[in-house]
Parts: sequence; C-alpha cells; structure tokens
Amino acid sequence: MLAKRIIPCLDVKDGMTVKGTNFVNLRQAGDPVELGRTYSMQGADELVFLDITASHEGRKTFTDMVQRVAATLSIPFTVGGGINELKDVERLLSAGADKVSINSAALRRPELIDEIASHFGSQVCVVAIDARQDENGWTCYMNGGRIPTERNLFDWAKEANERGAGEILFTSMNHDGVKTGFANEALNRLASTLTIPVIASGGAGAKEHFRDAFLQGHADAALAASVFHFGEISIPDLKEYLRGEGISVRR
Amino acid sequence: MKVAIVKYNAGNIYSVIHALKRLGVEPVLTDDPALLASADKVLFPGQGEASNAMHYLREHRLDEVIRSLRQPLLGICIGQQLLCRHSEEGDVDCLGIFDTEVRRFQPTRHEDKVPHMGWNTLHDTRSMLFKGFTEEEYAYFVHSYYVPLCPETAATTDYILPFSAAMQRDNFYATQFHPEKSGSVGERILKNFLEL
Repeated sequence: MLAKRIIPCLDVKDGMTVKGTNFVNLRQAGDPVELGRTYSMQGADELVFLDITASHEGRKTFTDMVQRVAATLSIPFTVGGGINELKDVERLLSAGADKVSINSAALRRPELIDEIASHFGSQVCVVAIDARQDENGWTCYMNGGRIPTERNLFDWAKEANERGAGEILFTSMNHDGVKTGFANEALNRLASTLTIPVIASGGAGAKEHFRDAFLQGHADAALAASVFHFGEISIPDLKEYLRGEGISVRR
Repeated sequence: MKVAIVKYNAGNIYSVIHALKRLGVEPVLTDDPALLASADKVLFPGQGEASNAMHYLREHRLDEVIRSLRQPLLGICIGQQLLCRHSEEGDVDCLGIFDTEVRRFQPTRHEDKVPHMGWNTLHDTRSMLFKGFTEEEYAYFVHSYYVPLCPETAATTDYILPFSAAMQRDNFYATQFHPEKSGSVGERILKNFLEL
C-alpha cells in the first residue's frame, strides 16, 4: 500500500538551517547535510531544502550543499527558493536534486510550470503555495508570504495541476508556526479537487496533527520543520503512532 | 569490478552514480559498445519518455548492444519499461527482452493519482536482487506507466492494480522503483546486484 509521507523541511541560509515562526524571527538549527542524514536514518520519507538566501554567493553555497546532500542521502529530496527560470531548475537537478519547488516565480509567470513539466517531467515540479485565509477566503501570497496576490488558493492549485505540476505543497500562513494543527478543511478541499498529491504544511505541533492531516485533510504527505528540528516530535515515534492509528507509513 | 552505466538521453543518473559510489564502486557512464560489453555489470537507469529514449537508443545502435549483453544488467524505472516488447508511451516498440507490453495507469477512483509517486511495498519477491529479504519492504516509485504481471515478474506492487515492481529473465534484471532512492532497502538491492 502506498505510504503517507513524512517530510522534514530545512530552511537554509548561507549553508546553515534556520526556521522561522510565522515567517519571521529566524533561529539557527544546524548543518543541513548532517541534519538531512539524521532524518533519513530516522525514517524521514523525503526531505525539502529551502534556500532563503538572497545573494548570488548564497546561491552558489546552496548549490554546493545540494551536491553534498545528493552524495550523502539515499532518499528523495526537493529543493526550493530563488528558482525563477529553467536555468535554475537545470542547475539544481544537475547538482542532484530530485524535485524543485517553485512558488513566487510561478505566480508571476505560470508558464514556468508548463516549461518545467515539458523539459524535465511533471514529477520534478512541486508548486508551493503560501496562502492566508481571511473573510474573503484563501488568498495566495508571494515573496515568502509578504506580498498578497489576486489569486485564490483553490483556483491557483487547480491551474498549477492543469499546467503540469507534479505535487502541490500548501502552507497555511494562518497555521504556520502556531502549532495547533494543519489547515485540514482547505487540505481536504484541495485533495478532492486535484489529481496530483497534496503536501500539508504549516501548523504541526503534535503527533495527532499529522493523523488529522491524513485522515481529515486527506493529504498525501505532511511537512514540518521546528517540531523535528527541536526534537519535540521524533520521526520513529510519530510513525509508530500513525501506524497505531491505522495509517500506512513506511517502516 | 568494472561497472558501466548506459549513457543515453533519459536523464537523472546522478543519484545512481552516487549510490554506487557509496557502495565503493566507481561506475563509468558510457555509450561506447566496447566499454559496455567489457563491463562486469551494466546499469540502465533513467527517467524520460519512452519513444524519445528508444529513438535515441536505435540511432546510437545501443539497442543492439544492450540486447547482446551477457553479463548482469539492471534496468531501473524507464530502463525496465524499455526492456519490454512495446510501450503505450509514444506507441513505440522497445527492446523486447521481456515479452510484455507497458501500459499507462488508468485511475479508477479519485484517490488514485497518476503518477504513482512515493513509497510502496514489494510483495512476492523472487530474484537474487532480493536476497536476504525476510519481510515486505518499502521502495520508492515515480512512474505513470507500468508493466503488467507476466512470467518475468520478480516482485509485485499494488497500485490501482498489481503490477511488476521488478523483473528478471536470464541476465536481465529490472526494477520499476528507484533502488538508488530507496534508502537502506535500495542499497541492499544494489549490493545484491553487484554481487551477482
């Protein structure tokens, strides 16, 4: 049976991992390659490395890190951050990444999704969506959640799906960093309208939250950062718990 | 030991190279028939589109080279599919080592997403590739086309329907999943292949 995936996410700045709470206040949490290897040994199913460096030199440092990750790890990993054109995708895939995650660049120029899908295949293209719910519904944001767009979460996710995205990584900005659970209603709606896997992100604080994202949100995978980085939840414990709840996870 | 990887137009072989290096093997990536023929083991990995890949293999006469190999060869992902007789992807005749047809997954329920992507269990493992396996293990899959069950099936996985997760005929071995991305399980499979 296809397993639900547990995905630790590592935000990387100048070669070191960091994690923000509600997208600000970065805290330092270690060497990404070492941390990635630890997670892999603990049973993480996949990893995401997000480059939050803005500078040109930072880009190069990140690419070098991707090469080291590829040489070290034997599980799939996705990289994102600062991907604006096919050239960036090519550079990161050549460094050994399995998938790339695009966010603001796809909102600015949706054709990028079609281009990645036709050049490298849909399985390579993860479209990350940061969205916030207010009285008008779910609105997509750009630039790490700083700039609101005109787009609605569900319309944009459907368009990304149709353009050839391989997966949707949905982060609820309302839930991110708050540790009270994932946005299960929105996840459920995405899962029932899309034909591609949905990765839940934002809000993990307890093991039950992962269960709910899978059982209520019907997510295919769940991503979290700080609960793993700071040891609040260990991956083996989490998987044992989920198995006990009748959810298929990889041993 | 000389290990060669078939060089053609179906990409992402980096992870295969890294996985072999972690097992202490320095593979050569080549489309030179002499180098392929003289290798102790040959890997035929890849991701890509079947008809483009077959066109490239024929143009470079690699189809004849692959068919003529007598040492153990391991096809991975599209490599497994290209070893079959025909593929629905681009409606193309393939290498014909395995006498079966590659088909596209047809979802029957909304939850059945295509591609089949992620970790799934291997059942009925029956090949030296799985030597030492005592229980159902998980392997990592990414594919939209599959090989139905057939006499050459060497492991089964269930997604939408049971299909060939691995195959074997004589010296030709193949996996639909990616051993190079399947953690310690994948490492054991690659090690078993190198020890054949």
